[in-house]
Amino acid sequence: MTSKKIVLHFPHRLVDQPIVYKLVKDFNLSFNILKASVTPQEQGLMVLELVGEKENFKKGIKFLESCGVKIQPLSQDVRRNESKCTDCGVCVPICPTAALEVDLKTRKVHFHNKKCIACELCIKICPTRAMEVHF
Amino acid sequence: MKTIKEINQKIKKGEVVVATAEEIIELVEKKGVKKAAQEVDVVTTGTFGPMCSSGAYFNIGHSKPKIKLGGGVCKLNDVPAYAGFAAVDVYLGATAIPDDDPRNRVYPGEFKYGGAHVIQELVRGGDIRLEATAYGTDCYPSKKLNTLINIKDLNEAVLFNIRNCYQNYNVAVNLSDKMIYTYMGALKPNLGNANYCSAGQLSPLLNDPYYKTIGIGTKIFLGGSIGFIAWQGTQHNPGVPRIDKGVPKVAAGTLAVIGDLKHMKPQWLIGTSMLGYGVSLSVGIGVPIPVLDEEIIKYTAIRDEEIYTQIVDYSQDYPQCRSRSLGEVNYTQLKSGKIILQKKEVPTGNLSSYSKAREIAEQLKSWIQKGEFLLTEPVASLPNEESGYKFKPLKERPII
Repeated sequence: MTSKKIVLHFPHRLVDQPIVYKLVKDFNLSFNILKASVTPQEQGLMVLELVGEKENFKKGIKFLESCGVKIQPLSQDVRRNESKCTDCGVCVPICPTAALEVDLKTRKVHFHNKKCIACELCIKICPTRAMEVHF
Repeated sequence: MKTIKEINQKIKKGEVVVATAEEIIELVEKKGVKKAAQEVDVVTTGTFGPMCSSGAYFNIGHSKPKIKLGGGVCKLNDVPAYAGFAAVDVYLGATAIPDDDPRNRVYPGEFKYGGAHVIQELVRGGDIRLEATAYGTDCYPSKKLNTLINIKDLNEAVLFNIRNCYQNYNVAVNLSDKMIYTYMGALKPNLGNANYCSAGQLSPLLNDPYYKTIGIGTKIFLGGSIGFIAWQGTQHNPGVPRIDKGVPKVAAGTLAVIGDLKHMKPQWLIGTSMLGYGVSLSVGIGVPIPVLDEEIIKYTAIRDEEIYTQIVDYSQDYPQCRSRSLGEVNYTQLKSGKIILQKKEVPTGNLSSYSKAREIAEQLKSWIQKGEFLLTEPVASLPNEESGYKFKPLKERPII
């Protein structure tokens, strides 16, 4: 089984097309939608946790790409600007997945990219705006 | 018994023994109070967190023809500065924001840029836009000034913070069923989180609870350079409940501090944006405590688990000025990442960076060890517990 969190970028021409359901129908994949939005320029953005057999997973991704959907792994999306972070830790109780965590010894705040679901709650909470979203 | 003079002699000879307020805990435990007091000369403290009552004043020099900003309007990168002085002196407050900032009209406001950010940018060496208008006089005929300014060209650039370095502080929680946005950060509904703001055992005034060594004129680490304690801070409130070792159980003493902004470092003066609340300046401060006798070293050996503070509801109690504590916790509990309140496990967050506080205490220690930082004798004491000095609420009176 493969399970990955991915970000799908739909170009304008695909925004009104039913695409994602085919992942279930044709490739036997299951998914959990973490986030979905259409920007004012009518580009679609969807963050999915996609789960399925390894081969099916590969085929599903290939299908999405063949439709013109741009795919990137989620972990690239929320990043910490290390030069801005002061390790205060006010973000820690806000993060729903414990992706932000205080090291009890050094009292520095660690950002675990892999645990991040890109909910973006930390972005505006951070007093120095060290957490950034990159698309 | 040691004197500050003797300690300074040791600093000059390179024989001084310095420990941070963290290290001294173990030292006193291992060697005992008596021996530790003989061996250690200075304990260094540190704190780094948002301190809203901060600001800086500048003298920009005279333009040709001259202008009198006093009574006029002056903006630095669109952020209004106070110009109610003589011709070319202005004071920029950390929380000032541009007139066209939407504030909380789009709730919660983001407050991305304000006085604190201008101060940080100046310290970084960046050019700042100064735009001013004045009414014009016979001796100061100019009515308009638009220019770039840079910290290196200013006659004076002085950080002058009227309240910093709180001796202990509330833990903020939210009892309501709505998210609230406060100066203590975003507080999730129904006790979703508990935010605190203190360096605890490293915090300057918690290591000298009765202000026996820290006073007016004390030389300190301020913003990465040298500063001085100018006065007690506003809202200084020494007469509060304390534990046996003297540490207050609620917010108590405060400091007003001053120092040359030109020598400060941008990583120790950081503009911060509190969602839904406003702009603030995170300030790095470290105060050296001379170990004059055994009593002083006992104070500096205070630990997180001995420092208690009060949990306060910021949805109703705080805004309505109701002094009610929902409970007492110590800093070991707060730093563990969760506290138990009303039978609920509540995750905690700190607004004050403990790792930066540690860095400041280490930096100050190394300055003293290298002989680069001599201690000063305070020229006057801060009002203490017996002084009767108080932080009072406002008694509103109708204007007839």
